Amino acid sequence: MTQKVLMKGNEAIAEAAIRAGCRFFFGYPITPQNELLEYMARNLPKVDGVFLQSESEIGAINMVMGAACTGARVMTSSSGPGISLKQEGISYIAGSELPAVIVNIMRTGPGLGGIAPTQSDYYQAAKGGGHGDYRLMVLAPSSVQEMADLMFLAFDKADEYRNPVMVLGDGVLGQMMEPVILPEPKEGKGVEKPWATTGKGNNPKSKLITSLYIKPEEAEKFCEHLAAKYLTMAERDTRWESYRTEDAEIIVVAYGTAARLCMAAVDMARDKGIRAGLIRPITLFPFPSAPIYAAAEKGARFLTVELSTGQMVDDVRLAVSGKSTVSFYGRSGGMVPDPRDILSQIEQIESEKNGSTAATEGGAA
Amino acid sequence: MEHRMIFAGFGGQGVMLMGQLVAYAGMLEGKHVAWIPSYGPEMRGGTANCAVTVSDKPIASPIVYEPTAAIVLNQPSLEKFAPQLTPGGQLLINSSLISGISSRADINQVCLKANDLANQLGNLKVANMFLLGALIGLTEFIHIESVIEALKKVLPPHRHNLLEVNRQALQKGLEYVTSSSLGA
Amino acid sequence: MAKIVFTRPKSMKDVVTHYCPGCHHGIIHRLVGEALDELELAPKTIGVAPVGCSVFIYDYIDTDFIQASHGRAPAVATGVKRALPDKFVFTYQGDGDLAAIGTAEIIHAAARGENITVIFVNNAIYGMTGGQSAPTTLVGQSSTTTPKGRTSQNDGFPIQVCEMLNTLQGPSMISRVAVHTPAQVIRAKKAIRRAFQCQVEGRGFSFVEVLSACPTNWGMTPLDAGKWLENEMIPYYPVKDFRIPEGVQ
Repeated sequence: MTQKVLMKGNEAIAEAAIRAGCRFFFGYPITPQNELLEYMARNLPKVDGVFLQSESEIGAINMVMGAACTGARVMTSSSGPGISLKQEGISYIAGSELPAVIVNIMRTGPGLGGIAPTQSDYYQAAKGGGHGDYRLMVLAPSSVQEMADLMFLAFDKADEYRNPVMVLGDGVLGQMMEPVILPEPKEGKGVEKPWATTGKGNNPKSKLITSLYIKPEEAEKFCEHLAAKYLTMAERDTRWESYRTEDAEIIVVAYGTAARLCMAAVDMARDKGIRAGLIRPITLFPFPSAPIYAAAEKGARFLTVELSTGQMVDDVRLAVSGKSTVSFYGRSGGMVPDPRDILSQIEQIESEKNGSTAATEGGAA
Repeated sequence: MEHRMIFAGFGGQGVMLMGQLVAYAGMLEGKHVAWIPSYGPEMRGGTANCAVTVSDKPIASPIVYEPTAAIVLNQPSLEKFAPQLTPGGQLLINSSLISGISSRADINQVCLKANDLANQLGNLKVANMFLLGALIGLTEFIHIESVIEALKKVLPPHRHNLLEVNRQALQKGLEYVTSSSLGA
Repeated sequence: MAKIVFTRPKSMKDVVTHYCPGCHHGIIHRLVGEALDELELAPKTIGVAPVGCSVFIYDYIDTDFIQASHGRAPAVATGVKRALPDKFVFTYQGDGDLAAIGTAEIIHAAARGENITVIFVNNAIYGMTGGQSAPTTLVGQSSTTTPKGRTSQNDGFPIQVCEMLNTLQGPSMISRVAVHTPAQVIRAKKAIRRAFQCQVEGRGFSFVEVLSACPTNWGMTPLDAGKWLENEMIPYYPVKDFRIPEGVQ
């Protein structure tokens, strides 16, 4: 059996990336993801990979683009302000249909904010982030083990869809240590990339990687092609975890660190006889609307919990489509909610149900 | 059983290492563990600290809110964490550097002159191991041997000459609380 | 039977360019094509196109190409070259792209001695967006955003890129050339070929600035533009070799 090791989330991401075949890392220091960068600086050269600290996050993401054009597995990582700087490049990478992995270990914002953990970059990650009509696949781990596992998925899906994939963590996940079984290193060359610009060689036709479509007809066709790709992603690669939802009357929706806290709160609620459950989106894009809608149709009430003033809650409301109620509880600025506070929110919803059941049922009857 | 512990003191007192050893030892015993350092707003107030959860079940929240035990190595840590302990929780106080105890009557408090005991062993740096040994003696949540095994993994090979003094400190800390009659 | 004495470089496509009458991009493209042919580099070349008039260079030069975002071509080229160190990688950038928005990228690629070649076309104006002021617009020169002429009080001074890069240790070769007379074209060709050779020999970052006319946005005839380049630009941007490595062919 492969041995468990105790690792920081940031380091587990880095090691898993190397094992997934990533050989190029371009980045710029920013807290709280520096361990990731430093791990790459120490360990990529050992596997004949390249680590380069760039002049800026803008430089880094464009170096990522260049290496991606050659078909290499390449990544960068940053946090909040640095991810904002990368957005132009991420848009170009999406517009050029290139595979790349971008890790955001979120810190607080707006502006310089602080280094404490938050989930306030949800909109930026899940709705595109840069200019233009595109989406990233966004993976949201909630444990160190999942951080390692999702790095493999990130590189595979980036290659499969020729689309940038973002792994969205936060300061808690990046800094904490948990046991992890590291996936076995990936063997072989991976998928063929006939589109890569590696020099035309003896081919009669040279290759071009561009995001420039000057004719509206062609540009629209391209945007529709991207939209179709995202639809395929939604059909095949929407991921979530359901916890104690089978008979749940109150369903908490939370991802990443917040989901861990909510899991504790759900257990406390169950101990008190409240039928609570948790839906934890693992892909934030594509968003797991289907299980949320299904539960809403069965009458479950929803509580969205985020380390922000409310971003993912919009997607929960869209998924619920007015079939049920959606409450929100969030802490921001680096403050992390106590599971007991989340429990209070669940109890509040429970009491509202008891108070309003008669009226609702009366109306239905 | 879920043990939620805080290790707190000044930077340089080995609190982060102590927490990592506990997490590592717990992992070696097949338990679920999580270690999280003081981070963000938690870094205010002159203490370095980390939280460790060791549990038979998967750990929901890695962040510790109501610790079942705390080891405090300096005065600000006592003031910060004593009020957070769960009723019936275990508080270990390094009385070489801390005067007094918490006013709470609903927790168990044990004072240990860890720095003095470590000096007697000729290595001030193992003060943390006295306290950890004592915690293991009081709560029996892991075995000392697992901590030694963890030390072998965490310490680089050229530091393995320190394993023995660490073992002694752990053992003496454990004996201190199991052989003497203790009162807060 | 007539003997062919002049033909299109093999590494150029058989198409008509979109450039304005009197624009020098066509000549500079051709020099790049000739140098690629002579050094037999085209099959192993990855070019990086800028944002600006020459964004469509990939329609004219028949090698693999990547279209980079504004100013970032040296960073993209860095990523390509680090992944494929044995391939030939060059960027082709204008003055807005390289000397304004892309200043950080060019300086750091040069400082790292990144083994790529940069062809920098300086026509002292923004062409594609319609004649706005560039970082290389001369003091007194009018543009749509300096309608009364560039003033040092309001707009500062034009950047002399070769001189600036020449303060760095990283570059192996830095030259400034022009293409407004046949003699200058011959000299420019030699510089571009030498810059490519530097990369082939693994000498690190090589840089050629080409002074270029933009009659359309300067509001001149092509002939007057040539004279203006000679009389106004060259005194401020002297054509010379700033740095040439020893022994390069």
